[in-house]
Amino acid sequence: MAFKGTIVIDTEGCKGCGVCVTGCPQKCIALGKKANKKGYNHLEIIADTCIGCANCAILCPDGVIEVYRAKV
Amino acid sequence: MTREEIIKPENLVYSKTKVLTDTVMHYCPGCGHGTTHRLVAEVIDEMGIQSETLGVAPVGCAVLAYNYFDVDIAEAAHGRAPALATAMKRLRPEKFVFTYQGDGDLAAIGTGETIHACNRGENITIIFVNNGIYGMTGGQMAPTTLEGMVTATSPYGREQQFNGHPLKITELVAQLPGTYYVTRQAVYTPALVRRAKKAIRQAFEYQKLNKGVTFVEIVSNCNSGWKMSPVKANEWLEENMLPFYPLGDLKVPEKE
Repeated sequence: MAFKGTIVIDTEGCKGCGVCVTGCPQKCIALGKKANKKGYNHLEIIADTCIGCANCAILCPDGVIEVYRAKV
Repeated sequence: MTREEIIKPENLVYSKTKVLTDTVMHYCPGCGHGTTHRLVAEVIDEMGIQSETLGVAPVGCAVLAYNYFDVDIAEAAHGRAPALATAMKRLRPEKFVFTYQGDGDLAAIGTGETIHACNRGENITIIFVNNGIYGMTGGQMAPTTLEGMVTATSPYGREQQFNGHPLKITELVAQLPGTYYVTRQAVYTPALVRRAKKAIRQAFEYQKLNKGVTFVEIVSNCNSGWKMSPVKANEWLEENMLPFYPLGDLKVPEKE
């Protein structure tokens, strides 16, 4: 059984600390070049390999990541 | 399967708990306070004790904790959170009472309150975030600052002869008969976050038994105070803080 996941990022709440990126086993997230209103380079999805493990979300100090996971 | 097909309410596995308000936290990017707040809120949410929980906010970085937790929180004078929590618990013994304190608050100005509340064996939970520095006021040396660590008030590094030894307050309170559960955790990797959450849950569960203080230390980073990027600060924490403040349980109740 395999899982496919995705995340929804509250880009305005993201402070661009990058701690979530260190926890991602699939390397599918990274800090982007676009800045939000506060001037932080917020998190972006860079690859379609998410498995919905929620590691990024449980590391996020500001709780800006929502995780969804479905069976495929 | 497209992204739109996955994003459905039945597939939701993680979202911010409702015990935290929507207010954006004022903490610096990557600060362990945010994660610790979330863990405490998640535990309160999972135990279903939101309406029975009373918190005490400290002075320090977490001074605005009452804006973030959707529970009743009182603000204590600097270091006096365990004293205020004592009063709350004695007046309303059926409530869950926790204090949320930093190292400047708990281990410096509030040492007396901390030690005596722990020694009296009050039935409260203390969440202690230790980042080895006074973060809020600009990174001055705290009692928990490591030897050789550079801060605003120890620019050449903390010297033992001049500044004394770093204080292991958690080891200290573990010696006291009034504490029931004392543990030290960290929140910079997913596995550690899960373990820290279990410890906080355990602390709140033990509070039901009325056996004494439950004390959870979270070794955290202070990237602004340490003048590092958040990810670098976490690496520094692992290399330098953890050898001196080793993770694990310091006092666990004996099995009956």
